[in-house]
Amino acid sequence: MGTDPKHLEITLETQVESVNLAEEMCIRVAESAGFGEDDCYKIGMSVREGVINAFHYGNQERPEKKIHLAVDLTGDKMIIHVLDEGSGFTLASVPDPLAEENLLSTSGRGIFLMRAFMDEFDVVPGRTGGAEIVMAKKLPLQDNPGTNGQGGQDASPHQGA
Amino acid sequence: MPLRATHRDASQATVVDLSGKITLGEGSALLRKTIRGLLDDKRIHIVLNLADVDYIDSSGIGELVSAYTTAKGRGGELKLLHLTKKVHDLLQLTKLYTVFDVYTEESAALNSFQRSA
Repeated sequence: MGTDPKHLEITLETQVESVNLAEEMCIRVAESAGFGEDDCYKIGMSVREGVINAFHYGNQERPEKKIHLAVDLTGDKMIIHVLDEGSGFTLASVPDPLAEENLLSTSGRGIFLMRAFMDEFDVVPGRTGGAEIVMAKKLPLQDNPGTNGQGGQDASPHQGA
Repeated sequence: MPLRATHRDASQATVVDLSGKITLGEGSALLRKTIRGLLDDKRIHIVLNLADVDYIDSSGIGELVSAYTTAKGRGGELKLLHLTKKVHDLLQLTKLYTVFDVYTEESAALNSFQRSA
């Protein structure tokens, strides 16, 4: 993978199969970008959780709504955007799954996993009026594939998809 | 790989051998159906053998929690056996490792029921 920016977009149906499709597609991109097995797993899981979030919470499993996935490879990171057609949400409204009272909750861990597995993570208002998850992972150093830096900054929202 | 589930009776408990992925859709649904079937059959002491489960997403984690609380609600117990590294790390990350009873030996998992029965 060179340093040329690359951009990929796909519109997915609001159905369970879209979750696997998005994950597989992003893992292939991550592999081609030089990420190691562990990072590919984390990227794949994060994409899976992002699309599950769009499928279930954003689009409320309504088949007439779409899920918009975009992947950008810049010179130094892989940026993933997952946009739904719901009514949006803010991170402040998401309960902490590690809080004692939420430990036995049967849902609500997707955002937590994306934050844990990616270097950058944010949720912004999308152009559809829904939520746009924007997350990124730093590309591995060429001499040391499979490693990546530690981030934690907010990702930049996607422009003009 | 889609999830497969078989179960066998062993002394004080039923061991459910799972292989594949526990993820949104069929995997989570099969786990739910299997656990509910056992509980309806009064098999309330359950060991989930996860030796061949190398992938669980948030939906699968939720299903494990649901299985755990449902078994408890019926007066039983659900314990986990042979976690793969990915599943182990995921349960640690989500602080569920301290919630579940986790075993590395089947005999120890089964003996734990004898102690608590």
